[in-house]
Amino acid sequence: MNREATLTATQTTQAPGASLAWLRSRSRWSVFEIAFWLATLLTFYFFPSYLMLASQIAITALFAISVDLVLGYAGIITLGHAMFFGLGAYAAGLLSAKAGWGEPLTGLLFASALAGLVGFVASFLIVRVQHLALIMVTLGLGLLTYELANALSWLTGGTDGLRGIDTWPILGLFDFDLWGYTAYSYTLATLFLGFLISRRIVNSSFGLALRGVRENVRRMPAIGSAYRGHLRKIYTISAAIAGLSGALLAQTTNTVALEVLSFQRSADVVVMLILGGTGRLYGAILGAIIFLLVRDQLSGINPQYWYFGIGLLLMVVVLFMPRGILGGLARLAGRDQ
Amino acid sequence: MIGNIVIVLFDGFAFGMLLFVLSVGLSVTLGLMNFINLAHGAFGMLGGYVAVTAMRQLGLPFLLSLPLAFIAAALVSVLIERTLFRRLYRAGELNQVLFTIGLVFVSAAIATYLFGTGQQPIVLPGWLRGSVEIAGLRFGVYRIFLIVVSLAITALLVFGLERTRLGAQIRAAVDNQRVAAGLGLNVERVFAITFALGSGLAGLGGALAIEIVGLDPSFGFHFLVYVLIVVAVGGLGSITGSFAGAALLGIGDVAGKYFVPEIGSFLIYLLLVAILLARPLGLFGKR
Repeated sequence: MNREATLTATQTTQAPGASLAWLRSRSRWSVFEIAFWLATLLTFYFFPSYLMLASQIAITALFAISVDLVLGYAGIITLGHAMFFGLGAYAAGLLSAKAGWGEPLTGLLFASALAGLVGFVASFLIVRVQHLALIMVTLGLGLLTYELANALSWLTGGTDGLRGIDTWPILGLFDFDLWGYTAYSYTLATLFLGFLISRRIVNSSFGLALRGVRENVRRMPAIGSAYRGHLRKIYTISAAIAGLSGALLAQTTNTVALEVLSFQRSADVVVMLILGGTGRLYGAILGAIIFLLVRDQLSGINPQYWYFGIGLLLMVVVLFMPRGILGGLARLAGRDQ
Repeated sequence: MIGNIVIVLFDGFAFGMLLFVLSVGLSVTLGLMNFINLAHGAFGMLGGYVAVTAMRQLGLPFLLSLPLAFIAAALVSVLIERTLFRRLYRAGELNQVLFTIGLVFVSAAIATYLFGTGQQPIVLPGWLRGSVEIAGLRFGVYRIFLIVVSLAITALLVFGLERTRLGAQIRAAVDNQRVAAGLGLNVERVFAITFALGSGLAGLGGALAIEIVGLDPSFGFHFLVYVLIVVAVGGLGSITGSFAGAALLGIGDVAGKYFVPEIGSFLIYLLLVAILLARPLGLFGKR
């Protein structure tokens, strides 16, 4: 990453046009990317009985991308991001269950906007603290939201979960079917949209400034970069995307359990991110795919094997592949950034 | 009403003392090496299971199983520290957090494999059961025992840290590791000893906790949050801070659950966030 920073630095001194060209070259689509997104469509033909699982993966991948934006790019370690996922899920769920408005697209927008708004407020708290205190504040906010939802059981259904959600057909045309054709198309499309937005962000000069904050917070003000503003902005965006993924879950499953806000969910998503590789968006997607596929297979046998496996995997990845699976592959292929 | 308040204060203080024993080790090692060890609660769980096994399989009395829990947790922790944790001292917070979370997962799975998911009850000796009546109020004997033991440990820790050679070395290393090393202190050795002592105390806390909160494979996770709150609120590397933080959390937790059961936990977390935002280094933190 340091090389990247110096590269840009030298290029900006040459000419503003050169650095823009460099940013543009970074955002060019590679063959692998196009192949990957085409491959996601193959699920329809090869694994039609796994479409519900596939839509779960797409939802989780979008959530992992939102965490990658703050953790992988801006370096904010968060153990409480399920807060925004759950907010989005409850917002979309309540809109349908209590207000009787089950139109999915407006539901997504509403949930995303609400999560983003709460994220914006929370971001003022987040940028005040660092290190252990930061981890504890994110953890505390996450637990706080969980307890709040539990206490407001007249609204959220508490531990019984929120029921009575009725999601209308998308655009009035595509009804949610039992096999998950609509669910997977819907979640995949939203994932792709969220990915495009995130990709645009991280390949912009703003994304570069975020990486600067991650690498060295103290130097950013020295080069005239208002890093707190940057952090607030990305935290808000990330919260909105997390809310989007939560809303998808509520709409495709027509139920919201208290679990959407749990610490387990916050921790799991960070685990996925680390497995896949932080700071490269595709790491988030790959991590979500591996995590959920392995869990689906292993927890069928015995949930304890699953915990043992994931724990061991985490320790091995941290010790031997600190940049995750994608980072390790990139290094092997000699294409490390 | 006054009676209720006294009982809640008493129970809360006893719970707080339990939290203190569980978390003081983490506070000191965090202050010493800046190593975020989320597996600290797992050492507490280890101590708990060692005590249970010692009492059931070996038929040892409760009081003898306590030091056994301490020694087992200390030995295992120093083994893990020497072989695994030391590689991560310079690895950054995120890697430390993840590695130790991985360790918690693995330890929970091993505990389930060996003992099953059920609670592990123990039978206390007769003189620790029941309660005594003072001025019309009933105080649990075990909780009195807990407070006495914890206060003794606190006195021992404060004395050890203030008056012994090792204590002076630990204080020096916490204040400024580089200068301490420059003066010829073997900081790594000091750290290994501190780590073993701290984890041993967690193991002891785990054994003491069985009667109050029970013991199952989720112990490491469940208490992680409490332990982290104590450390973060009390401030790193401060015994006084941990003591105050633990007492505050214990009393707050019990009082919250007694007087406002619906939002008790909510208030605890609200307090945590508020304290951290007002004082990011904790109530007694210096750095």
